[in-house]
Amino acid sequence: MTIVSIERPDLVASPHSRLTSRFAGWVGFFLAAGLTAFFASKVPVVAAGETLRWTVDWVPTLGYQLSFYVDGLSLLFALLISGIGAFIFLYTPVYLSAYRHASRLVVVLILFMISMLGLVMADDMIALFVFWELTTITSYILIGFDHDNAKARRCALQALLVTGAGGLVMLAGFVLLGSAAGTFQLSELKAQGFHLAEHAAYLPILILILIGAFTKSAQIPFHFWLPNAMAAPTPISAYLHSATMVKGGVYLMARMHPVLGGTPEWAWILTIIGAATAVVASVLALRQTDLKLALAYTTVMALGTLTMFLGAEAGVAIAAAVTFLLVHALYKCALFLVVGIIDHGTGTRDAPRLGGLARAMPITTAAAAAAALSMAGFPPFLGFIGKELKYEGALAIASEPGLAITAAVAANAMMVAVAAIVGLRPFFARPVATPKVPHEAPFRMWIGPVTLAALGLFFGLVPPLVANGLVQPAVASVLGAPQVVKLALWHGINLPLLLSVVTLLLGVLVYVRHLQIRDSLAAFEARLPTDTDRVYDLSIDALKDLAAWQTRLIQSGVLRRYLFVVFAVVVLAVGGTLLMKDGLRLPQAWPDVPLPVWGMTALVLAGAVLTVLAKSRLLAICALGSVGFGVALIFLMYGAPDVAMTQLLVEILFVIIIAIVLLRLPRFGKRTAGLGASRWQDGVLAVGTGLVTTALMLAATRGPIDREITAYFEANSATEAYGRNIVNVILVDFRALDTLGEILVVAVAAFAVVGLVKLRQRRWRAS
Amino acid sequence: MRSLILSTAVHLLFGLMILFSLFLLLRGHNLPGGGFVGGLVAAIAFTLFAIADSAAAVRRVLRIDPRYLVVAGLAVALLSGLFKAAAGMPYLTGAWVHPGGLPLGTPLLFDVGVYLTVVGSVLTLVLTMEEER
Repeated sequence: MTIVSIERPDLVASPHSRLTSRFAGWVGFFLAAGLTAFFASKVPVVAAGETLRWTVDWVPTLGYQLSFYVDGLSLLFALLISGIGAFIFLYTPVYLSAYRHASRLVVVLILFMISMLGLVMADDMIALFVFWELTTITSYILIGFDHDNAKARRCALQALLVTGAGGLVMLAGFVLLGSAAGTFQLSELKAQGFHLAEHAAYLPILILILIGAFTKSAQIPFHFWLPNAMAAPTPISAYLHSATMVKGGVYLMARMHPVLGGTPEWAWILTIIGAATAVVASVLALRQTDLKLALAYTTVMALGTLTMFLGAEAGVAIAAAVTFLLVHALYKCALFLVVGIIDHGTGTRDAPRLGGLARAMPITTAAAAAAALSMAGFPPFLGFIGKELKYEGALAIASEPGLAITAAVAANAMMVAVAAIVGLRPFFARPVATPKVPHEAPFRMWIGPVTLAALGLFFGLVPPLVANGLVQPAVASVLGAPQVVKLALWHGINLPLLLSVVTLLLGVLVYVRHLQIRDSLAAFEARLPTDTDRVYDLSIDALKDLAAWQTRLIQSGVLRRYLFVVFAVVVLAVGGTLLMKDGLRLPQAWPDVPLPVWGMTALVLAGAVLTVLAKSRLLAICALGSVGFGVALIFLMYGAPDVAMTQLLVEILFVIIIAIVLLRLPRFGKRTAGLGASRWQDGVLAVGTGLVTTALMLAATRGPIDREITAYFEANSATEAYGRNIVNVILVDFRALDTLGEILVVAVAAFAVVGLVKLRQRRWRAS
Repeated sequence: MRSLILSTAVHLLFGLMILFSLFLLLRGHNLPGGGFVGGLVAAIAFTLFAIADSAAAVRRVLRIDPRYLVVAGLAVALLSGLFKAAAGMPYLTGAWVHPGGLPLGTPLLFDVGVYLTVVGSVLTLVLTMEEER
């Protein structure tokens, strides 16, 4: 989305919309800043090993509680979400000041932040799932902000479908896990420890939950949605798709580590998928010329790295993951915001069209350079410590240290190159003409990247601060046991340092040759037969085709066929049940009924026969009516005057209405051409329906009738409801809610008829 | 085609049928009848009127669109349940007063709602189809 090309005047901001978006931005900022201060004040308590919890009863009958639980891991995430959120709320209204609907975006962003906080603090798995899907839904709205753009709509839907489907799979895993462990509380699960590994459902649970985590955190093969989500405005990408939402999956894996981790399956799946994602994404990052896309792929790479380290058991590997999580959030968010500033200030973010911005944007340049150096892992930035720790952790990965080391070095070298391409080259390369004359961003835009980049430097200079306050408690909650983490810039000359040097040299080499590498990657990509994005399209098309096919199959639009299916199902299901449950009983004795009832029965039978034989439609209707009258008279004879009266009146109305309708239809038999064969079919079905209904009635009346309810109504009708007609008292008092539902149905049916008739008239007029 | 016999008979019977429908509605609580049956009788009266005369004549007699009758009926039935609900009792609990020993309660109001909904729905259906030519 480019800010400069607004052609739709209705989307251009008015002074009023600018004011509301600015106001919404401040609301978000103060909320986020307040939350940050609150969470920061809890750091010492949590670092001391305590956990905070709040509980609200949610669905008491099902035993669900809305309980929140903050330990080291949750606190680290909560601080990142609210802290980075504060800068995003400052940045967004300025960045989108030209757009009329910026305030809408800010409001959704606030909702997103709250959902994300709920996700990382929820103790109940069901609550976690709900917050998880809330972040999916809000991110759908945020990615599709520019909804006039077909590409933005497609990308938003893709993100929704991929992460939403993953979330549902994860829910299945949660339900399995909850029933296997006997609790839905994460804190209790953690206390139970490793017993689950021996459970029969362990592997299904693991796979289901990991699919949820992998879709959310864009692991191969679900990685394609994340770069596409860059259709969102840049600050949104900075917030959702680098620092917070995509880390939801990482959070889940870290949370599940003490519950599901520690098995070979866990270690192998996470290490292999994570390593593959990291390497593939870092290569794809080099391929991009769009700075934002390059950053998106490095995010995928970072997520892969985090997944890889979470597969390990060793404390140092987990410490590497947690430290890198913090490092990555700081520099990646800063760089995204810098790219937004470049886009805003120059009108492009295409790498070849940028250069020499350092003079025009000194503050941004400083922030970008600091963030890029942290990303590349130069001392004394926190990124350096993170990288050293990564190598130390990779060496400690039990399953496959060779694979982990290779993946880490390769990915980090690419990272150095991308850091240079995104964070240094646009500012220090030879100046080129940009679509707009570059200018420095306003304070509210640069304060975010500057602060985040400065934090990366500050934390690097004073490593114990983060080590004790944030990393150590988080590692302890991932491992489920207290852990001592020491972060330092200088470890002495050892293997990780050596690997660092190798990485830097490799990275510089890649950067120097990056133009050629990009070209050859592009050529290679063009020769690939397909990619996952295309596979996604194909499967969506297949799904649509399937839906269309089954709709055509089931919804033929022929009323006769619908009725046939309905009655056939009734005959088969009811008749089959009666047969299987041994419910068929013939009455033992000839029923003892008075003569008039036989007369009524004869009337009903005669009406039925006449209906079938009638040559004209009107005769058929009247004959059918006589069937109804006969039944009504039988009701009357057995002392049910209310039922009889209603039946009689409905029958009259039915005949009148059907007469009105049918007199307009084509002549009898015209539309029913080819009826010869199907007439027999209909006959068999009709006889079958009659027989099954008779059998059902016989079976139902065989047993003794429970008169408890009848007795209650008889006893209380006059005293409690002041009415002697029990039927009516039931209708309007005892069971009035049922009646309310019924008259609602009557009303809806009437309006539906009006709708259908009017629709037909409109079509008539149109044709 | 207009039948003189039908037309004359319906004009004579129409008022009686409406009166009878109200009679059924009111006596329903103690004797066979009630809002649903009463509504059906009234609906048949109007429908016969529409066949004997015309849909336009029914609309003239009725004065308001039958769709409003449906809405009014549903609203009356819905609201009749709120009297006791406001006092914290379950929705649709009957509230009763006894002016001069005659029990009057919200169930009667509810029955009036049923009556109006039935008349309105049937007439909406019949008139729409009658007018569709």
